Amino acid sequence: MARFVLRRLALLVPVLIGLSILLFAWLRALPGDPARSLLGQRATPDGIARVNEAYGFDQPLLTQYFSYVKALLTGDFGSSINDGRPVVETFLEKFPATLELGVSALLLAVVVGVPLGYLAARNQGRALDTFVVSGSLLGVVTPVFFLAILLKLVFADWLNWLPTSLRQDARIDATHITNFYLLDGLLTREWDAAFDALLHLILPAVALGTIPLAIIVRITRASVAEVLNEDYVRTAESKGLSRQTVSRRHVLRNALLPVVTTIGLQAGLLFSGAVLTETVFAFNGIGQYLFTAIGGRDYPVLQGYILFIALIYALINLLVDLTYGVIDPRVRVS
Amino acid sequence: MSTVVSTPQDEAKGVSLWRGAWQRLRRNPTAIVGALIVLAFILVALAAPLLTPYEPGSAQWAGEVTPTEVPGPYEGHILGLDRFGSDLYTQLVFGARQSLIYGVVSTAIGLTAGTFLGVLAGGLGGWVDTAVMRLVDIMLSVPSLLLAVSIAAVLGQNAYAVMIAIGAAQVPIFARLLRGSMLSQGRSDYVLAADALGIRRRRIVMGHVLPNSVGPTIVQATLNLATAIIEVAALSYLGLGESDPAIAEWGRMLVAAQDRFDAAPRLALLPGAAIAITALGFTLFGEALREALDPRTRR
Repeated sequence: MARFVLRRLALLVPVLIGLSILLFAWLRALPGDPARSLLGQRATPDGIARVNEAYGFDQPLLTQYFSYVKALLTGDFGSSINDGRPVVETFLEKFPATLELGVSALLLAVVVGVPLGYLAARNQGRALDTFVVSGSLLGVVTPVFFLAILLKLVFADWLNWLPTSLRQDARIDATHITNFYLLDGLLTREWDAAFDALLHLILPAVALGTIPLAIIVRITRASVAEVLNEDYVRTAESKGLSRQTVSRRHVLRNALLPVVTTIGLQAGLLFSGAVLTETVFAFNGIGQYLFTAIGGRDYPVLQGYILFIALIYALINLLVDLTYGVIDPRVRVS
Repeated sequence: MSTVVSTPQDEAKGVSLWRGAWQRLRRNPTAIVGALIVLAFILVALAAPLLTPYEPGSAQWAGEVTPTEVPGPYEGHILGLDRFGSDLYTQLVFGARQSLIYGVVSTAIGLTAGTFLGVLAGGLGGWVDTAVMRLVDIMLSVPSLLLAVSIAAVLGQNAYAVMIAIGAAQVPIFARLLRGSMLSQGRSDYVLAADALGIRRRRIVMGHVLPNSVGPTIVQATLNLATAIIEVAALSYLGLGESDPAIAEWGRMLVAAQDRFDAAPRLALLPGAAIAITALGFTLFGEALREALDPRTRR
């Protein structure tokens, strides 16, 4: 097990090195003088000289790359051009918000998606199935930000049921230990703060979770439908096992493998979606910060955040591969 | 050699894969609905100037738009105006044209580059394969929208940047698909036979393996058209899209509509629905095509 994890982590190294080279080249591929494009309209001769010195743009390329990697390895990812804050600092500060949102969205997708997909497969061709299948199709093709805007319009602006933006009402004086607002509220027993954080989480989580939900429904339905046709399911049924036992021990266990793979793949979608969703709801996480960075061409932030996201994405997929072993003994680390 | 004829009737009559797929498509309501949506979308996109008397992005009636009110449907404007004072219906119709161009060009870029890399990797094997697949791994290590964002950010704010960015983000998908399908084809009997006959590697790849991988690639391309159209809108939303106001684009219409929600929700609803319906059409058709080409469903 440990060897498998180590080998997978070792495989990650060339990918990250390659990505760092690409991101390094990317910044240098910007049209014109990199210092000038970094500063944009704020480019003064003085500023350009400062940036050149800070980034070493006047050094040979190879020297530049090595000092860049050296800086990365010591945890120095540079500072934002917009607000001057270190990239690592803002990432650590804002990542809990995105993680809280992403986990809620994924939880929603799995908790609703797997049973729906299962029910649809069990009722193939009936009204329920048709309804679930068409609903999931609609979920897949609706752009995240359109859905986010719609939800905000209907449930926040018109009906006034839920808050329109932010992670917590500014009037609530909440203590924050972990920066996971919901968790903080529960830990400090500030129930009103926790409840308020939950209310702020609902719309963004639904918006972000819809596409993964739709995909999980479709995969679960297809996978369960396939397993239901297997001989061993017929055997188990003809042995007189109850439907529940067959479902739990034979159908779901075998059908869940592709579903787990999909959940891992959704992580990438969640990161992309978070940029759009957080922006619509002014949900102060890495997505919204990235949005600002894109608008302001804040390259150090883009560079650093993309590297972090790739790392987290890879770790999530490693985790997914490890859960295979739990579900399917055949792939228990060979 | 077995002489038992257990093959489906189609095959007994010697119906080709493509003809069989066509017959199955024609009988599949999902395929028909998808094809109709796609067809309508293409027709609107092509005939845009004939469908409306106005120019896109003209802002001709800007005087009629106030900060609190955007005129709804009235004489001459069946969907009313947009917030800049252009005819909303005209914007929607010309937006279809923009989406079609963006979608097709970016998917073509992804398809061409991805196919090239995939064939290179699958056909040559060895270190070429390793190198190509590492590159694919690196590209896949970044979520696709963020990959497109980083590419678009370098290329600047114009239509080409958007198409290249979204196309490039599709490259790893096609490269992987082609390589996988080449590897599996490479082990099939007819390739072994061709190999044994001493046919050149290049001819085997180009003449046998590649044509047999076309099906899944076309399916993937159809499905990618849907994603491309959505991603173009997403890039617009992020401020990386086309900036020329004379060009109507669904994503940008949605962005512009955001602060006029209370006054005129249709400004957001219509372009949003247009994106979703178009994506739905390509998805339905792509999935029906996949089903029709799948040998397991040839019954």
